[in-house]
Amino acid sequence: MSDLATVGLQKLATHIPGFDLIAMGGLTRGRTTLVTGAAGSGKTIFATQFLAEGIARGDSAVFVTFEESPRDIRQNVVSMGWDIEAWERQNRWIFVDASPEPSEETLVIGSFDLGALLARIEHGVRRVGATRVSIDSLNAVFTRFQDSGSIRHELLRLVSGVRELGVTAILTSERPTDTLDDHHSVEEFVTDNVIILRNTLEAEKRRRTIEILKFRGTGHQKGEFPFTVLPNAGIVVIPLSAIQLTQKSSSVRITSGNQDLDGLCGGGFFRDSVILVSGATGTGKTLMCTEFVGGGTGVTERCLLLGFEESREQLFRNADGWGRDFAGMERDGLLRVSCRYPESMQLEDHLLQIKRDIEEFKPARVAVDSLSALERVSTPRSFREFVIDLTSFIKEREIAGLFTATTPSLLGGESVTESHISTITDSIILLRYVELYGEMRRGITVLKMRGSPHDKQIREFLIDNAGMHIGNPFRNVTGILAGNPRQAPAAELDRVEHLFDVEP
Amino acid sequence: MTPQVNEGSAQSNGVLYVLALFITGQSARSQRAVANLRSLCDLLGENCELTVIDVLERPQAAEDERILATPTVIRRRPLPLRRVIGDLSDPDKVIAWLDLPTPANQRTPLPVAEGLING
Repeated sequence: MSDLATVGLQKLATHIPGFDLIAMGGLTRGRTTLVTGAAGSGKTIFATQFLAEGIARGDSAVFVTFEESPRDIRQNVVSMGWDIEAWERQNRWIFVDASPEPSEETLVIGSFDLGALLARIEHGVRRVGATRVSIDSLNAVFTRFQDSGSIRHELLRLVSGVRELGVTAILTSERPTDTLDDHHSVEEFVTDNVIILRNTLEAEKRRRTIEILKFRGTGHQKGEFPFTVLPNAGIVVIPLSAIQLTQKSSSVRITSGNQDLDGLCGGGFFRDSVILVSGATGTGKTLMCTEFVGGGTGVTERCLLLGFEESREQLFRNADGWGRDFAGMERDGLLRVSCRYPESMQLEDHLLQIKRDIEEFKPARVAVDSLSALERVSTPRSFREFVIDLTSFIKEREIAGLFTATTPSLLGGESVTESHISTITDSIILLRYVELYGEMRRGITVLKMRGSPHDKQIREFLIDNAGMHIGNPFRNVTGILAGNPRQAPAAELDRVEHLFDVEP
Repeated sequence: MTPQVNEGSAQSNGVLYVLALFITGQSARSQRAVANLRSLCDLLGENCELTVIDVLERPQAAEDERILATPTVIRRRPLPLRRVIGDLSDPDKVIAWLDLPTPANQRTPLPVAEGLING
């Protein structure tokens, strides 16, 4: 029940996850909002969920259906976890069934109004004391009665009648395409508030978005916001730019799980920072995740490792090879490893699944290996939105995050992932192959460490059965980051060979 | 107003017409529908049983019958059920649709509501 200062209009929180953020508090209380979209855009789910979320918080509701029978609706939403039948038994949900009855033939002779329907809605609202009403969908009324001119007039009267009941209502209507203009556009004059749902195909991927077109007399976020429809939850809106940058910045340091690396970073990572580790395949990204997790569990912090490239078994075997006992950590309840195929679901669904994991397990650290795998299954725009959302989500909870990104070329270069999200992350660590005297060596550098001094050199590191060991800088090599390492003059050779002997 | 009503000529062969008319309060449209249907029923005399239901007073009745628009006539008998929506401004159509008996070859000019042409 958030009061809104603007012209005395109050908002009613829908409690549809994420929606109230973009609606700046919810729907306008006591008004009717038109929800419009093409077939399959999620209108009926929105209309149903608006009621279901209210009922979950003690409200009662009336659902007016013009299209599907109550029986179909009851069945269709069971998978969302909504038990309409139970609510009906508790007198908290009433159907006003205006769906067509094929068995009875009806003829129109002369003029009519929708007075009976309004009387039924009013009756239903009084019977259960409803505060929320959904009417789904207007188009069915148009197809039922031929004279669209008078039916439009009647719908206007219906809407003003509903408004007088003092309920907050949703009215759905189908638009033939996802363009703005359509032949029933008059409907939009029927209500002061219009929401558009879209389900578009973008780069071979389905993308659902929600946009608030207008909220008369009150504020809302503008533009399209992605959403997804989840079993047992319904619509979940991802309110990207509505997320406020309110995260506190922590100055507490935590270990990266590797003492050498802590040194490079000026004493470890920050408690609530997000670190991006970028490197070609085999440079040691998964190892850094493993050490990061090991560092957390070592001080009895819970760690969540999300694998999108390797299976659980592989990750456990890798960890064993570097002297980290994942199985033991899991037994102690300090580690949870979840591996999913990137292709198994949409990025939006991955995001929500990750958030669920985090909320359930409440880790202090989250490692994602790798973001690039997720990027493969998304569009640049949704990927960026995904990273922004995930980053702010974990920062709000003061969780340290370590994400990996794979560079496409073995030597140098930057990953696509990196270029998309580097400004979002607090720290960037690069892992690179360095070709030196006919040998592939590995180099590491801390490219960026927000809010802290850090080592600026490119150092060589070795990997053995105890993990990563960072050594001395490649002082005699240039062009490593550019992917074109060039050796220093022959006079330097001697010095290079003794690189790991003593710090010069 | 219906000068040619010929009461005796209704087919009084025992068929009973049961009609229910759903209206909204005292609106002009509802009253027209009542008047129009009454005059048709009057032609049937004993054979027609007409109930007028005001949905504002009995919304549950409208709910039970799933009435959407007013006025709505339901012909409950004879079966099958049939419905007419509207103020019944065209009596010939009403007679035809509800299959009401009329005096053979005799058109029954009934009061026609003015200015409400629809469909």
